[in-house]
Amino acid sequence: MALMADAFVAARAADPMVPRVARIAERKREIEDVVTLAIEGGAFDFAPGQFNMLTAFGVGEAAISVSGDPANGARLIHTIRAVGAVSRALAELRPGEPIGLRGPFGRGWPLLEAEGHDVVVLAGGLGLAPLRPALYRLLAEREKYGRIVLLFGARSPQDILFRDELEAWRGRLDLEVEATVDHARGDWRGNVGVVTTLIARASFDPARTLAMLCGPEIMMRFVANALHDMGVAEERIHLSMERNMKCAIGWCGHCQFGPVFVCRDGPVFPYSQLRGLIAKKEI
Amino acid sequence: MIETIEHIVKEHPFFAGMDAGFVALVSGCAKNARFEAGQYLFREGDSADWFYLLRNGRAAIEIRDPARGAVTLQTLREGDVCGLSWLVPPYRWTYDARALELVRAIAVDGACLRRKSEADPRLGYEMMKRFTPPLLERLQAARMQMIDVYGAHG
Repeated sequence: MALMADAFVAARAADPMVPRVARIAERKREIEDVVTLAIEGGAFDFAPGQFNMLTAFGVGEAAISVSGDPANGARLIHTIRAVGAVSRALAELRPGEPIGLRGPFGRGWPLLEAEGHDVVVLAGGLGLAPLRPALYRLLAEREKYGRIVLLFGARSPQDILFRDELEAWRGRLDLEVEATVDHARGDWRGNVGVVTTLIARASFDPARTLAMLCGPEIMMRFVANALHDMGVAEERIHLSMERNMKCAIGWCGHCQFGPVFVCRDGPVFPYSQLRGLIAKKEI
Repeated sequence: MIETIEHIVKEHPFFAGMDAGFVALVSGCAKNARFEAGQYLFREGDSADWFYLLRNGRAAIEIRDPARGAVTLQTLREGDVCGLSWLVPPYRWTYDARALELVRAIAVDGACLRRKSEADPRLGYEMMKRFTPPLLERLQAARMQMIDVYGAHG
């Protein structure tokens, strides 16, 4: 009987559709409607750009990118914007409360391919969260890369995510950081304008650059085109896509995007793979 | 070495690669300008008689809203051109432009350049080719800002 029970537990543990129960260790409010949750209680291994399926028990499950440092396997960090029923319930979780966890899933940022290249990291709004693990890795292995440029766009100065970290990064001599906002009051001293305006001024060599983009899809389309126009190869422009992910392993088809499943084949794709699809209304 | 206006105009990114004859014509309408932080390059409603090739410093394009005070729509910096309304009737500024820090610029007399462009349509066409890209960029940017891509549905 005990053997059967053990086998049952082992089978459940191996089932990618069954969440494990973890606990919230810390909750930090970042900006309005956005919180960062730290989960502890295990060894968490993930690649920058991957996501987990998080469950708010009794409410539902949502795909959330990991936003923490891949070098810190004891703490799993997710940054969540409260926009729907599930994300609101997740964002409301407090330290000590249980959370369901499946993952990590998906194909992350091509950091190996980026070695030896200039790297442009371009984030819009909450898109900085899935890119932050890649930045941690890039900076931890700084010698492997050429110039590294972080360009960030937000709606307003109040919507700038990870502001303290951005300030710290801006102080580094081996990283170029530029930020802009779409709207601001007259007392704002920073840049105002769309994020594409930052690209032409950044210091990188398009012919040997790999770009990683994450943000609203419209923004990524414009940015990818701008980078390509400057001479960055389509194969080296990588975008993190967001679709309605449910199973996270390519079974259910909810996140189908033309010939690919975003959960299984992505969420990070080279622009060369998406170019014909991304501007199509029908998909 | 003293930098001539002509040399500065020629080297400014906005006029990069422009024919030397056109550079001379533009430079004939130009002078140096300097604005301290907080000083206005132009004000909404005023006659759009000049445009500015920014050499150093940043300027904000603003509009005043009674409820919110000054709202910044765009910031411009070295290498940018500040002021497009000199090109199109009724030649009136629709926004304020304010120096956010010390701004050094080349001020170009728009009325002077319009007269030269009427006399030499090739110069007029060159100006249209130079000024249309920033017009389109700013239109596109305004549309992006209008749809609020970073909002809840972004």
